Amino acid sequence: MYDPKTIRRRRAVLALLVVSSVVLLTASFGGNGGVSSVQRGVFEIVSPIQDVASRSLKPFRDLFGWFGDTWHAKGENQALRKDRDGLRTENARLASQLRRLETQTGIKRVADAANLSTLGPVEARVTAAAPTLLFQSVTINKGGGDGLKKGQAVITTGGLVGKVDEVGSGSATVTLITDSSFGAQARVETTGVTGTVEDSGGDPQDLIMKTTDAKAEVVKNARIVTRGTADNSSLRSLFPPDIPIGRVTAVDDAGTDTQRVHLRPYVDVRNLDRVVVLTRDAATVP
Amino acid sequence: MIGTPLTGRLAIMGLVVCITQIAAVSQITLFGAHADLVPLVVAMSGLLLGSLPGAVFGFACGFFVDCALFQTMGLSSLVYLTVGYGAGRLREVRDPQAAAVPAVVGGAATATVTVGYSTMQFLLGTPVAVTGLLVGQILVTVLVNTLLSLPVYAGVRRWLLPVLPDDPRRRRRRASTTRLSPLSRA
Repeated sequence: MYDPKTIRRRRAVLALLVVSSVVLLTASFGGNGGVSSVQRGVFEIVSPIQDVASRSLKPFRDLFGWFGDTWHAKGENQALRKDRDGLRTENARLASQLRRLETQTGIKRVADAANLSTLGPVEARVTAAAPTLLFQSVTINKGGGDGLKKGQAVITTGGLVGKVDEVGSGSATVTLITDSSFGAQARVETTGVTGTVEDSGGDPQDLIMKTTDAKAEVVKNARIVTRGTADNSSLRSLFPPDIPIGRVTAVDDAGTDTQRVHLRPYVDVRNLDRVVVLTRDAATVP
Repeated sequence: MIGTPLTGRLAIMGLVVCITQIAAVSQITLFGAHADLVPLVVAMSGLLLGSLPGAVFGFACGFFVDCALFQTMGLSSLVYLTVGYGAGRLREVRDPQAAAVPAVVGGAATATVTVGYSTMQFLLGTPVAVTGLLVGQILVTVLVNTLLSLPVYAGVRRWLLPVLPDDPRRRRRRASTTRLSPLSRA
């Protein structure tokens, strides 16, 4: 059917492509400047096209989203009612606690610190998402020209989304909280138990909080928020304090050295549309 | 050999599909997962054009996706070229003609890409846990893509038809309809 020359050529091209892929992989991991430059160049060219495509295809996304939302609305409604009841109780308890604490020193400063409007918020739209199942990054339509820099916190109405990674002139990539390279200093809002929030690997609705005190008591449904920079720490956190991250869903091996705190993030990274980048460092805001 | 008109059509198709995928389709979730048009288009191109164009097209699509999303370079290229080459070899070795072939190839291509990508990520040090949710998402993606395979195959075939080197179905149809009748032979 095929002459030996055709077969040899086919195999040679296949081998060349495989070797090229492996070389690209190696260069990408080794931080090769040339590969990075090519990638950045294509990224800069493609970003505006992605932005236009994202805008023009938004009605179709919304249409499909509407079907999906309707499908899930019933189940979500029940869960939200339950959450509402829980939050009402918690709100009443916190309101009384706040009145008591406001008379003490320090609480107002914390409340002011959580006022995110002072942190230079820049609203951005998600223009591209990686077509993988690991939910690692998204691309947004704001970049260095809008004051974005690597490492800045990205939030949305629900809470923490991730951090800015690569910054182009008019676009940037955001490493999501579900990426394996992501980590954020966090604390349990009510008890103050601190730890690091990381991904659990393979489930965008499950994060792991590794507590600094292995035996610290963490209860189910507790709110986890960003810790910010600790007063006695020389290491500055990337994130301002008190940004909600998620709610504790389970604690494996509670009270032991091997306890693992699972939390469900408030933000569903699979359905991101608009996000806010905090462009000012919380530590520099008076 | 890949001609210039074919290269042009493949480039336009790859660009449009990759941008549509990352700008819109990736952001539409269906039962917690989303459709992935890129492996479908790569596999269908391999099925129509053969292993060599399929592999080259898969490599190019992977390269573009990795660049556009600032991902680890080479990873998607390797996975997509495997899909394109595999689909092309199927055509060259078996030349299957059943109507369900595009659906089967689409499902297999999606499974190869999703499992292959996750496995490669794991091998490269990303801590990927094989959770029920991940397996469920892979299955849903494969299912959705299998359903999309036939329309995608029809679209890709329609787009590439003017430049297809020798479409087996056209060749057969032409052969069967140009045979002389017994009357004309007499």
